[in-house]
Amino acid sequence: MITLETYFDYVILPILAISVMLVFIRLFKGPSVVDRVIALDLIITIGIGIITVYSIRSNQKVLLDVAIILALIAFLGTVAFAYYIEKQKDD
Amino acid sequence: MIKIILALLSTGGALSILFASIGILRMPDFYLRLSVTVKASTLGVGLLLICAAIMFPDVSVTTKAIAIIFFLIITAPIAAHMIGRAAYFTGTPLWKGTVVDELAGMYNKETHELENHPDEGTDERGNIAETSKETK
Repeated sequence: MITLETYFDYVILPILAISVMLVFIRLFKGPSVVDRVIALDLIITIGIGIITVYSIRSNQKVLLDVAIILALIAFLGTVAFAYYIEKQKDD
Repeated sequence: MIKIILALLSTGGALSILFASIGILRMPDFYLRLSVTVKASTLGVGLLLICAAIMFPDVSVTTKAIAIIFFLIITAPIAAHMIGRAAYFTGTPLWKGTVVDELAGMYNKETHELENHPDEGTDERGNIAETSKETK
């Protein structure tokens, strides 16, 4: 019988790490700028998930504050990229 | 009992995030990638945060988790809509198997606004509806 801690260590965190690697392939390959923007957005969102799982695993609830800040940064970054990409075509 | 619930929720969240990343790698088109990514990643992170809210028996952690979920659900569609709009204006190509493009010719390329010609608008929409019926 496996405990919940070993399940988080050997199943959940490796799945999330593999997801980040797959998104990094798209970040390097991406044919246009917008592909790279949504790849960055997805990487930050997966980072929120990793921080959550790590805070459960290590019993430190302070780490959830970092998740709030990361959610804010992801939204502001994507909106700023969209705004300036649209402006750039104008000129 | 609560451990089983935690294991099920975290497994669902992790698999949903994995599907989102496979989707962003394998989909043929920017718009399909956007459509896969936003929904699946929001669901996955939401499930993981619910897992954290159940795990810590504390009001402050539950409040923070609910706040993050609420913020993600509100802001993810806005960001996706803005980046999709920017991609459509900069002329990101559609997949070659795309059936219908309802925005074709409707946007004014210079002012970035929908053109206000009600007759043309209804006419084009009618045509598009007919063609989509035919293709089905």
